[in-house]
Amino acid sequence: MDITFEHVSYIYQENSPFAHKALDDLSFHIPSGSFVAVIGHTGSGKSTLIQHLNGLVRPTHGKVSIGDFQLAKGMKPKNIKELRSKVGIVFQYPEHQLFEETVAKDIAFGPANFGVSEREIQRRIKEIIPMVGLSEELLTRSPFDLSGGQMRRVAIAGVLAVKPEILVLDEPTAGLDPRGQKDIMDMFYTLHQKQHLTTVMVTHSMEDAAKYADHILIMNKGKKYMEGAPKDILIQEEALNAVHLDVPEIIAFMHHFEKKFGVELPFENQTPKQLAKQIQQLIGGRLRNE
Amino acid sequence: MNNMMIIGQYVPGNSIIHRLDPRTKITVIFFFVVFVFFANSFWSYALLTVFAAVSVIASRVPVRYIAKGLTPIWFLIVFTFLLHLIVTKEGQVAFEIFSWKIYTGGIAQGIAISMRFFLLIVVTSLLTLTTTPIEITDAIEEMLAPLKKVKFPVHELALMMSISLRFIPTLMQETDKISKAQASRGVDFRTGPLKERIKAVVPLLVPLFVSAFKRAEELAMAMEARGYQGGEGRSKLRELRIGKIDVLIYILFICVVAGLFLLRS
Ligand SMILES: Nc1ncnc2c1ncn2[C@@H]1O[C@H](COP(=O)(O)OP(=O)(O)O)[C@@H](O)[C@H]1O
Ligand SMILES: [Mg+2]
Repeated sequence: MDITFEHVSYIYQENSPFAHKALDDLSFHIPSGSFVAVIGHTGSGKSTLIQHLNGLVRPTHGKVSIGDFQLAKGMKPKNIKELRSKVGIVFQYPEHQLFEETVAKDIAFGPANFGVSEREIQRRIKEIIPMVGLSEELLTRSPFDLSGGQMRRVAIAGVLAVKPEILVLDEPTAGLDPRGQKDIMDMFYTLHQKQHLTTVMVTHSMEDAAKYADHILIMNKGKKYMEGAPKDILIQEEALNAVHLDVPEIIAFMHHFEKKFGVELPFENQTPKQLAKQIQQLIGGRLRNE
Repeated sequence: MNNMMIIGQYVPGNSIIHRLDPRTKITVIFFFVVFVFFANSFWSYALLTVFAAVSVIASRVPVRYIAKGLTPIWFLIVFTFLLHLIVTKEGQVAFEIFSWKIYTGGIAQGIAISMRFFLLIVVTSLLTLTTTPIEITDAIEEMLAPLKKVKFPVHELALMMSISLRFIPTLMQETDKISKAQASRGVDFRTGPLKERIKAVVPLLVPLFVSAFKRAEELAMAMEARGYQGGEGRSKLRELRIGKIDVLIYILFICVVAGLFLLRS
C-alpha cells in the first residue's frame, strides 16, 4: 500500500499553553514495497509521524492516505480496524505491551482481535516462532519470566501474527545486544522481501539505514529535512552534522580515504567487503610493491 | 488521551504569584476560602472578586486557559444558580414562568452562591496553576512540621505525596503508550458493548501495574544506593524563604479581609 502525507501538521494539546507542534507541514510519498528509514534527533517527531500510519492520531492539518484509507481532521473513518489490521506497528520497547498468561496467548491476541480463526492463528504461531528466533517450548511460559530480548521477540511475533501489509518499526533494536540487533534486523529485512511488505523504520542507526533502507527521510523539528536514496543522503556529512546526525562509519572512512589519497571513491551502498576490493583495485598493486 | 489536560496543571512562569513562597499562597488561599463564606453584600462580593481578578491577572496565566479548565464546573455553577432561583421563597415575586413564582430573594441568593462557588474554584486552581507540585509538598511539610512532636510522620507523608505527584505524568504517558500499542493490536476502547469495553481494560492494566511495580523497585534501590534513610537530619536543596513580597501580600490580604468585614451588611 502506498503512503502519502500531504501538508500534514500535528499539534499536541492544541489550544492550551502546552500546545506543541510535533509535525509541521510534512509532505512525502512512499511507494508500496519500499523500505524507508526515518531518521532524526530525539523529539523531531518520528514517533508522532508513525502514529498517523494506522490512525492512532489524525492530522491537525493536511491529509494522510494509506492505500485507500484517508485520514484528515474531523474525519471519523469507520474502517479504522481494517486499517489497523493492515498496518502493524512495533512500538519502541514493545515488550511493555505484553500482558497475557502465556506467550502463545499473547501472540494470538492481535490476530484474534482481527477475527482470524483459531486454527489459522496456531498455524501462524508455528510459522513465526522460529522466524523471530524463539523456541516452541517457550509458548506455554509466562512472558514475564523471559529475558528482555526474548520478551522483545514475543512482542514482535504478536505484531507479525496479524500479517500486516505495512510494517512500522519504532527503534526496534533499541536496548538489545549487538548480536540480537543484527538478528532482528536481518529477520525484518528477510520478511520485507519475502512478503513484499512496505516497511517504515524509525532508527538512530545510520548503519542500519545504509544497509537496509532504499529510501531515507530525515526529520528535524517536525519538518522534513532531507529525503532521498541512501547513497545521495548519507554522504552529506555537513548537512547531517547540522541536525546532530553522523554519516555511517563506512562513509566516514571513505571520506577520510578520499582526502588522504586524493582519489574519488563514490558511495554506492558498498558492503565493507566490496569496498575493500574496490580499494585493492585502486591502489592495491602500489601497496604490494612497496 | 494525548490531548487530555489536567485541570489546574502547573503553567510555568515567573510572575509575582509564581515567585511567592508556596506557604504564603496556601495560607492566603486557605483564608480566602474561609472568608468567602462571610461575604453577604454586593460590595463585599465585589471586593473579593476584584481580589481574585487581580490575582489572576498578576499570575499571567492566560485567562482563556483558566476558563477552559473551568468547563467541567460551569455545569455545577449554573445548576447551583437555578436551584436557588427555584426553591428560595424570599423577597417579592419578580416574575412567573410556567406558573412558578420566581422571587427576588431567589435571584440574589442564586447569584451570590454561584459567585461564591466560582471564586472558590478560580482562586484554588490558581494555587496549582502557579505552584509546582514539589513546592506544594515542601510547603505542606514545613507547615505540618509541628506535628512531628506528636510522632506524626510528616516527612514520610510529604515524600509519598511528592513521589505520587512526580509519577502522575509518567503514568499518564505510559497509559497513553500502552493503549496505543493495544489499539494497534485491534483493541477497541471506545465502542462496543460495555462488557467488551471492560474486558478491553485488562490488556491496559496488566502492563501498567507491571511497569509501576518495576519502577517502584528501581526507585527504592536508587534511593537506598544514594544513602536515603528518612527525614532525620536530612538537609534541603530548596529552602523556602519568606521574602518582602510575601509580607506585602499578607498585609494586602489582611486589608482585604478588614474591608470585607466593613462592607458586610
Ligand atoms: N503525548 C504528547 N503530548 C505532548 N507532547 C508530546 C507528546 N508526545 C510527544 N510530544 C512532543 O512532540 C515532539 C515530537 O515527539 P516524538 O514524535 O515522540 O519525537 P521522536 O520520536 O522523534 O523522538 C516532542 O517534542 C515531544 O515532546
Ligand atoms: Mg520516538
